[in-house]
Formats: sequence, C-alpha cells, structure tokens
Amino acid sequence: MRTGLCTALHAEWTKLRSVPGTPWLLLATVALTTAVGLTAVTGVRCPSGGCDADPAKISLTGIDLGQAVVAVLAVLAIAGEHSTGMIRVSLAAVPRRGTLLAAKALVVTAVVLVAGTVAVLASVLAGRLVLPGKGFTPAHGYPPLSLADGPVLRAAAGSVLYLALIALLSLGVATAVRDSAAAVGVILGLLYLFPILAAVVTDPDWSRRLQQVGPMSAGLAIQATTGLDDLPISPWAGLGVLTAWAAAALLAGGLLLNLRDG
Amino acid sequence: MSTATVVPSRSPHPAGRGGFPRLLHAEWTKFRTVRGWVAGMAVAGLVTVSFGLLAASATKSSCDAPAGQSCGAGPIGPAGAPVTDKFYFVHQQLTGDGTLTARVTSLSGIITYPKSNPDAIVPGVVPWTKVGIIVKDGTGQGSPYAAVMATGSHGVRMQDDYTHDTAGSPGAVTATSPRWLRLTRTGDTLTGYESTDGGHWTTVGTAHLAGLPAAVQAGLFVTSPGDVQVQEGLGGGAAVHHTQTTAVFDQVGLRGRAAGTWTGDAVGGADGTDWERYHRPVGVTRSGDTFTVTGSGDIAPVDDPGRDVERALIGGFAGLIAMIVVATLFVTAEYRRGLIRTTLAACPRRGQVLAAKAVVVGSVTFVTALLATAVTVPLSERVLRANGARLVPIGTLTTLRVEAGTAALLAVAAVLALAVGAVTRRSAAAVTAVVVTLVLPYFLAVTSAVPTGASQWLLRLTPAAAFAVQQSVPAYPQMSGAYTPSNGYFPLAPWAGFAVLCGYTALALGIAAHRLRRRDA
Repeated sequence: MRTGLCTALHAEWTKLRSVPGTPWLLLATVALTTAVGLTAVTGVRCPSGGCDADPAKISLTGIDLGQAVVAVLAVLAIAGEHSTGMIRVSLAAVPRRGTLLAAKALVVTAVVLVAGTVAVLASVLAGRLVLPGKGFTPAHGYPPLSLADGPVLRAAAGSVLYLALIALLSLGVATAVRDSAAAVGVILGLLYLFPILAAVVTDPDWSRRLQQVGPMSAGLAIQATTGLDDLPISPWAGLGVLTAWAAAALLAGGLLLNLRDG
Repeated sequence: MSTATVVPSRSPHPAGRGGFPRLLHAEWTKFRTVRGWVAGMAVAGLVTVSFGLLAASATKSSCDAPAGQSCGAGPIGPAGAPVTDKFYFVHQQLTGDGTLTARVTSLSGIITYPKSNPDAIVPGVVPWTKVGIIVKDGTGQGSPYAAVMATGSHGVRMQDDYTHDTAGSPGAVTATSPRWLRLTRTGDTLTGYESTDGGHWTTVGTAHLAGLPAAVQAGLFVTSPGDVQVQEGLGGGAAVHHTQTTAVFDQVGLRGRAAGTWTGDAVGGADGTDWERYHRPVGVTRSGDTFTVTGSGDIAPVDDPGRDVERALIGGFAGLIAMIVVATLFVTAEYRRGLIRTTLAACPRRGQVLAAKAVVVGSVTFVTALLATAVTVPLSERVLRANGARLVPIGTLTTLRVEAGTAALLAVAAVLALAVGAVTRRSAAAVTAVVVTLVLPYFLAVTSAVPTGASQWLLRLTPAAAFAVQQSVPAYPQMSGAYTPSNGYFPLAPWAGFAVLCGYTALALGIAAHRLRRRDA
C-alpha cells in the first residue's frame, strides 16, 4: 500500500495546512518557547564565586511551555476530526486505519520538527547572546553556547526530537480518548504531574524513580550538559523512556481506532 | 470602536418565571445528566485523594529510625514545632519571682564569606544577631523561655517561645549608646524593659509562659544565626555561613532567690568550626563585673519545617486538571453540539446564562474538592505517622484554611476554565491555557527550574499565586530564613495569592460575558 500511504500523507498535509489553527499554533510554539527561554537567560546570574548552572538547559527552559502548544496541535489533528465528524470521511477515503494514523503521525512530526528546530535555534541564540553578560563567561568556565560543542548540540537536537515525541505521544492519546479537552488534560497531567510529585516526595529513591518514569522529566534529561552524573537518568536513555511512552500511546490509539466505530 | 451600534437580536419575551434560580436549575440538570462530566468530577476527587496518599507513602523521614518510631532530628519547641536553640548562656538558678538586669555595652563579631566579599572572613554582625538576658526553663534545647535582647540591626526586641517577637526601640548598640535590659518574673508572666541610662525604663513587652516551674535558669545570652545566602543561580538552594558574635555586659544584677554563681554553658553545643578552634571559642570571660560573652547559633523557628499538608494535597494538581477539563467542556460542548442556540433562546439574557454556568460548575467543583481534601489530609497524616515521620503541628485553623482554600482554588480555577472556554469556544486551547498558567509557574518555581527571584515573580503575577493558600507554615519576619518557593514559602500571603487567581477569573468572566453578548452563538 505504498501509494495508499502517499495519498493519505498528501491528504493529511492538505488538511493540516488548511486548518486555520495550524499556523497560529506553530507560531505560538516558536514564540512561547523563545520568549520563556529569553526570560530565563535574562533572569539568571552567575556570581563571581562561580555557579553550578547549566547554560544550555537554562536557554532551553522554553520547551517546558512549548510542548503544551505542540500537544494541542497534535491533539487537534485527530480529535478535531472526531468533533466535526470529519473522521468518517477520512476513514471512508483511507479505510486502513493504521495507514491513516501513520500518515497523521508523519505529517504532524514533520511540522513539529520544523517549528521545533526554529524554536530551539532561537533559544540557543538568545542564550549565546545574553548569557555572557550574566556572568557566564569563559573566566567562570562557561564558553559561549555553540552548537559545535558536542553536549550543546545533543541538548539542542534532543530538544527538537523531544517536541516531536511529545507530538506523537499526544496524537496517540488523542486517538485513544477522541475528545480534545480530555486528551489535552491527560497529556498535560502525564507531563507535569511526575516532576511535581518527584519534587515533594522526600524519599530520594522514590523521587528518582518518578523522574526516571515520567515522560517529561526523563525526556528532558537530554537537555543536560553539566552534572551528568547526578541525573536520575542518562540523556539518551531518558529520551528512550519518552519514545516508549509515545510508542505505547500510538499503539493503544491505533488498536482502539481499529476496534471502534469512527 | 463603536459599542452601541450593534444590538444583538433578543427574544422580546422576558426570561421565564423564576428567572435566575430556574436558570441555575436548568444548568444543574445539564451538568448532572452528562455521564462523562459527572464521571470526570468523580475521577478528579479520586485522583486528589490517591495521589496524596501515594506521595505520603513514598515519604520517609530523613533519619533511619525503625517504623513507628519518630526520630530526634532537632529540638522541638513548646508548641510542638521544630526549632533552633543554640546559644552561649551565662546563668544562675532563680527560684520564684525575681528581676534580672544587665547593660550591653558592645556588640561585635565576624561573618564568614559574606555575599559582598565571598572569599574572606570579615568583621561584622548579621541583622538578627541576638545578645541580651533570658529566663529559661532549664538549659535543655527547645524549652520555654522569654528574653529581652539587642540585635544586630533590628533594635531591642522581646521574644518568647521561639515564634513570638515584639519590637522595642530601634538603634544599634555602641560604646556611647549602651542598652540596659531588664526582665521581671511575676508568676507565669515575664515583663521586658529597656533603658538607655538605667534610670528611665520603658516596657518592651510581656510574655505568659504557662506552667513555667518555680526554678528557672536566668542570665546572659549571646547567639548569632548563620548568614543565609539564597543562591541566585538555579537549584534554589541557600548557603548558610557561620557567624559569631561577642557582646560585653556589665551592671549585671539578679534580684530574687538566686542560688550559686554565674556558670557558662553552650546550649546546643559548639560548632567546632576552624574559626572557633583557632581564633575564638564560644564562652565567657569575666573581669570584675564585666562579662564578655561569645556565642553562635540562634533561638528561633526553623525555615524548613516540612510541608506535610502541602504534600498531602499534591494530588490536587491531578484533580485540578480533571476539573478544568470538565468545566471547559461544560461550555464548549454546547458550542460543538449547537445546544448553545437553544440555551440562549430559552434565556436571552446571555450574561445570566454564563453566571448560572459559573455558579453550577464552581459549586460542584468546590464540594467535590472539599470532600477530597477533607479526606486526604487526615488519611495522609496517618500514613506519614505509620512511616515514622514526625509531623509539624500547624493548628486546626490553618488546616481548615489549607483544606478549604485548596477547594476554593480548584473551584475558581474551574470557573476560569469555563470563562476561557466561553471566550475561545475551543476545548483544547482553553484547557491548555488554564492548565499551563496555573500549573507551569508552580512547577517551574517549586522545582527550581528558574532562579529564586524569577520564581517569586511567577508566583506573584500568574494565577499560580493562588497556591499560597496551601502554605501551612508562616515565614517569620524575626529571622533571616531561606524563605524561597522551593522551600514551600510563597511571596504573597495566602488569601492575597488567592485574590490574584480571582482577579484573573473575574477578568476572563468579563471578557466572556462581553463576547457572548456581542457575538452570534
């Protein structure tokens, strides 16, 4: 069904780009991510006594907010069709439901990768320009942020991948839940509750375990460029945990889509 | 922008008999007959309880005491809360009523590695260094006391039982401007006086120490709290650097049934820092009637006493998200199904429709949340006790404020979600906007993902300020603590923070009512 997927891809791309919300959501992803990142780098300071801050992670703080917009975009890609009844037309046109979901996943991932790249590059640039004025100087052990630096490149590229995986997770959840409000509620709960719980639990083992399991706390380990030994989970393993969450959500969504009436 | 030219079409009939109550009844019927919404509320209540219990059971006390045994991490004050009680004490036993008088003529000391000069040990005293006279029930840590003191830069104070503080006259102690201090015991009442010349005395304050035994220890004390430096970088931690103060007393007099001679004791032990070892240990030297006393420590509440109630209510975040979803759907579902046209035809007063919806969703949320919090707090206390944790008593009124405040927070957040839903008419956007403005600032602040200063502004300006209603332990002005969001201290007072959320909600409701009137449904 090679042509099937191609046709479905084309159809999904047409749908996504012609929905008036899409450009705004992509713009919001870039704008909010960069704005929060810019606020974070302007607010931080590295005093003369030195500091143990992670400049790459600070610059990429905006991902915490940008991911919520990405989640909305991905949820609307499928739940929007359920609310309007469009899903029946889509399924009539592409009867293989797995193909439909795959096409949606590919299209959503592609636009999120583009928006995510712009957002991350803007954030890193903001950090590179602002942080040296805040005490993050070579004298304090902080060369200017540069993508030529291995860990910084990993943090930046990983953050883009992180956003794409959040989109896939959201698409899977929304396919399973069908209602956009409930889907967004479930996704934001999954993302934010694990780190909040981990912050209040005093048992260090439990706190670590929660951070290893949570999609956001594990996935964002990819942003760390200093203190890697103290991380609850290593950067790539953390992104692996998020990948597992996204795969599980897509699988559950795909199964339910196959089992249920549109 | 013209405002009066467009008049939306309205039914010529007035709203049916019964008016607003009828409308309320209609909205309540809508709410309770949608199974998904009722289920959503039930889920919200259940996750609030279960997440709270999960957090409690995943909490163990910091010491490794066997389960069921509390651990003696630090001294406990008369009110049952953990306290700091560490100072140098030059004392005599006093039995029954009596009067203790002393003059402080000099106050000096050292601060190690202050912020202004982080690589050096500089002479100076911290603002809340305390030197003066004290009457205390024995020399054990955490026992009841009353004291009159001169401080580093907060003038003369009278303090008792760790949390009570009364200001006397301002001004620093110097050789040319000494301070006379006097403490009089009459039964359980202690009265503090101060004077600049030893002739004219003014009352600073009184303290009632119920159950103070007849025999107490009375004398001179010196203590100097650590220099707290809240980290400007991430991590939100605070560094505390050692300080030490030396005070010179003379004109020391103890009237009453005093026994024995002046004895020096380091209550709570000495720090054993290098400065103490190689330069000046804590202690007392006496030459004639002049006592030179050196001390370090503090007599005060602690700034990180545990957040048992807040932890118990952490499930409120999960409940909050579920309630926001239901509240948003309560209005956006009407737009999706076109029911809103019927609703507005039945009641053309559109503002009233919005008000009725807000009342219904607010009340349902408040009742559900109140039930959940009232169940969670005592249950999680039992779990914590079974785990061997030592709970900080916070008083019934505070517990009630936290429980009802959390329920009110969830209710107002639900109304905010309703209003945002009415403005955007899009469920996903409304849910995301409300969850993100409420939960993300709190998350960034408590997990120290942003620097302390920025996190305090987040908790002043965003709707997340309302989580201040959950703060169970007050920040005491009479000490320099690490009062940061990551330690559980909010920059706004509980109800002031709550008012911020109410302000945002009122604004959103106003916009929603305006747009509902101006737009076609």
